[in-house]
Amino acid sequence: MEKELWKGNEAIAEAAIRAGCDCFFGYPITPQSEVPEYMSAHLPKAGGVFVQSESEVAAINMVYGAAGSGKRAMTSSSSPGVSLKQEGITYLAGAEVPAVIINCMRGGPGLGTIQPSQGDYFQATRGGGNGDYRTLVLAPSNVQETVDFVQEAFDIADQYRNPVMVVCDGLIGQMMEPIEWHPVPKRKLPPKDWATSGKYGRDHTNVINSLYMAPEDCDQHNVHLDEKYAEIAKNETRWEEVDCDGAEIIITAYGTPARIALTALETLRSAGLKVGLFRPITLWPFPEKALHDLAGNPHVKAFLDVEMSSSGQMLDDVRLSVEGQKPISYLGHAGGVMPTVEEMVQSAKKALKEVK
Amino acid sequence: MNAASICSHRISIITGHYGTGKTEFAVNLALALARECDHVMLADLDIVNPYFRSRERKTLLEDAGVHLISSSQACTDADVPSLPAELFTIFENREIKGVLDIGGDPVGARVLARFQPKIQAEDYQLIYVLNANRPEVRTVDDAVRYLRDIETITGLTCSGLVNNTHLCQETTEAEIRKGAALSSAVSQETGIPILCHVAQERFVPCLSDLPETVFPITIRMKKPWE
Repeated sequence: MEKELWKGNEAIAEAAIRAGCDCFFGYPITPQSEVPEYMSAHLPKAGGVFVQSESEVAAINMVYGAAGSGKRAMTSSSSPGVSLKQEGITYLAGAEVPAVIINCMRGGPGLGTIQPSQGDYFQATRGGGNGDYRTLVLAPSNVQETVDFVQEAFDIADQYRNPVMVVCDGLIGQMMEPIEWHPVPKRKLPPKDWATSGKYGRDHTNVINSLYMAPEDCDQHNVHLDEKYAEIAKNETRWEEVDCDGAEIIITAYGTPARIALTALETLRSAGLKVGLFRPITLWPFPEKALHDLAGNPHVKAFLDVEMSSSGQMLDDVRLSVEGQKPISYLGHAGGVMPTVEEMVQSAKKALKEVK
Repeated sequence: MNAASICSHRISIITGHYGTGKTEFAVNLALALARECDHVMLADLDIVNPYFRSRERKTLLEDAGVHLISSSQACTDADVPSLPAELFTIFENREIKGVLDIGGDPVGARVLARFQPKIQAEDYQLIYVLNANRPEVRTVDDAVRYLRDIETITGLTCSGLVNNTHLCQETTEAEIRKGAALSSAVSQETGIPILCHVAQERFVPCLSDLPETVFPITIRMKKPWE
């Protein structure tokens, strides 16, 4: 298949259109503005609806309404804008409405910078909204994966009636890479018989709601959600291991730092170090069992977690998974500064030296 | 090959569709020009891209004798589409050889409109950069449409095409030739000559049969893992 050169953000938009996205609601913010820009030009031509909303809050609530009627809906933003969407996301999760949300992360907190960052890990995996809910979070580390994951995200959302987030950092959104539009596996999806798309002779009225008047009912609803999340964790957890067999030091990283780590791996290998990369692809569900088992291997001496975050966020999940079996050190920068290959090489050498 | 033959006018304005590689070309062109003549200035006038801008290579450029004109960091990182006042140096000092790196599409080229009378009074060329792997400009019709839209919004006339067809690290000779064919068709359609084909050094020997100049480049706008 012939490759084409795409910018990450444009590719996200095109991937959504190809996945049958019916509606896009969004508001511009750097570094993801090419998503709504591309959508505004191309989604209407594909028969879909593009609305530039008056705010991020409006956009996510438009998603709630459109997706509630059974349409495939998406919104995208960058960190401060995704913060504004949190209320809408917990409503989507509570009412079990499928939707796709893109976060092209930039430096924080607050307005931060417009440069790439991964400071929204906690927000994405713990939920920035209220209540006991989970969103499945896919974290691509190149433009090809981004394109594939965005298309798959719509199916995953529909399968579980749950919001799915695709989080990439600003670099992935802004960079150009060759990609191919290969077929993405399509899932067998249940009918949307819950959608508020008109009664049409049905004996009951469908209602999209996250409010329960009786505490017992709300408790029961939470039990149901919990079972669903367990099912998602069982079926959808994804990660990648590079050269972990026999490795003494394992770098844990996702997104752009994982990409930088691949180059660091080459340098470390040529220096004679046994080094591997463990890359979570779903941030929630986190691949905790795989990482736990890897840590249990006698050849593994230490971990180095690398993130574009000041003192580490995924680091918490790495610690929870490793469960103290091996020491974990951390390398990270926030605010739009990216860890360099050289820093990774030095940190990995230091971490290994400390245990030897 | 010399850069001065590509920059036969005092001011070269680099435009094109998003992501065709304008900045990579502009940075390499300014560096090559500085090896051949004095008083070379590169103006980063990209107000549509937040990353991968020529000002990120300020040290490299300044060390090579290229004076870089760009908005203050405060303005660019705050997303303010401001233009540096120093730009007027290029228009008003005729000792200077200027390369203007413009943001993509008619949207990015819009910055030129306010300078149109000044630019027209000078010896300039508007260059249109083509990359046949960019899906929105891969056909002759689409490529010409973007070119005409850029001319309309800037009020300037394009006088040179540059084939910058690549696939990042996956570029092959065949890719460059694909772009040469597209550029040739656009040239025939518009009557605008091809100024050069852009190629990383390693491809230059095998492209000697192309009728136009091959401009050798070294990748400067690297990704953090490259």
